[in-house]
Amino acid sequence: MKILSGLLLFVSVFFIAGFAPDTPTPYKIGDKATDFKLKSVDGKMYSMADFKAAKGFIVVFTCNHCPFAKKYEDRINDLAKKYKPQGYILLAINPNDPAVEPDDSFELMKVRAKEKGFAFPYLVDEGQKIYPQYGATKTPHAFLLDKNLIVRYIGAIDDNVDSASEVKEKYLENAIAALETGKTPSPETTKAIGCSIKAKK
Amino acid sequence: MKHLLYLIFPLLFSNLIVAQKVAVYDNYVTLEKKILNDKSTTYVVNFWATWCAPCVKELPHFEKLNSENKKVKVVLVSLDFKNQYETKLLPFVKNRKINSEVVLLTDKDYNAWLPVVSKDWSGSIPATLIIKNGEKKVFAERSFSSYEELNEFVNTNIN
Repeated sequence: MKILSGLLLFVSVFFIAGFAPDTPTPYKIGDKATDFKLKSVDGKMYSMADFKAAKGFIVVFTCNHCPFAKKYEDRINDLAKKYKPQGYILLAINPNDPAVEPDDSFELMKVRAKEKGFAFPYLVDEGQKIYPQYGATKTPHAFLLDKNLIVRYIGAIDDNVDSASEVKEKYLENAIAALETGKTPSPETTKAIGCSIKAKK
Repeated sequence: MKHLLYLIFPLLFSNLIVAQKVAVYDNYVTLEKKILNDKSTTYVVNFWATWCAPCVKELPHFEKLNSENKKVKVVLVSLDFKNQYETKLLPFVKNRKINSEVVLLTDKDYNAWLPVVSKDWSGSIPATLIIKNGEKKVFAERSFSSYEELNEFVNTNIN
C-alpha cells in the first residue's frame, strides 16, 4: 500500500510539475526512474521495489517481433544470469501494443520466454504507460539504474548487434563495472538502431 | 524478321535492365561522400529496412515523391542485415519495382554514425534526413502516413 501511494504521489508530482501526460520528457542521466507494477509471463506482478537488496536494475525494453531485439535475446538472458548474483536485477519490458503488433501478444511472450528459457521477468507494459516515461523509443533500449532508481546509463547493450563474438565495446557491462567501482559510466549514453515502439496513434 | 528480333531480344532482359544495382557501403561517412555529394541536389534520405513494417508502409510515399517532386532526389538507405542482401533486399526492390536509388548500409558502429546523421536521432526507423546545398537541413525520426503529408513536410523544409 505504501508503495502504491508512494507511486501515486510520484506520478501526481509529474502532473503538478506541468508534464503533459501524453508526452513525458525522456529520462536523462541522473533522473530518477519510475517504478512500476507489471505482469510477467509467469503470471506474477513485478516491481523494482520487490528487490530490496538490489544494487541496481537493468531495465530493457524489448519484444518478440523485432529482428534487433531477437539478436540480443541470448545476450539479455546471459546478462540476467550473470548479474543477478551480483545484485543487479534485469527486468525486460515489452512496450508494444499487441493490437498494433500481434507477434508481441502476452501469449506469444510466454511462448518465447519458454522457448528461450528466459531467466528474467518478461513484463508487459499494460496500457503502455511506462515506456513513455522512460523515453524508450525502440527495441531493444536499455536503462541501467542504481539502487535508488537513478538512471546511470541509457542505450545499446553493446556495439555489435549482428555478432556477440565480434563485440568490441560492452557498453552496458562496462557501465555496471563503473557503478561497482564508484565511477561514472563512460559512455553514459549510446545510440543504436532498433524497431520503433508499436503504439496506436 | 531480323529487326523484330533486335526489338524483342532486349525486351526479354528488360527486367534485368530496369532492376537497379543496390550498392553496399559498410561506412556511413563513405556513403555520404559517394552518394549524397552533389551540392546542387536536394536529397531526401530515408532510413528503412525490409523487416521494418512502418518503413515498408511509407515507401510508396517516397517513391511518389521521387517521381513527382522535381526538386528532390530520394535515396532509400536500407539497414537490412548484410547476409540478407541477396535473399531479402534485392528481391524486395525488384518485386516492388522500386525506382528511387536504394543503397545498403551495413555500418554497425551505430554509436559513431547515428549522431553524424543527427544528434537527435535515438535510433528508431523509419527516419528521414533532408540534405540541401550539401547541408543537413532537417531530420525527422517519424513515419509519414500519406504522400501529401510527406510532400508538404519536404516542401516546407526545403524552401
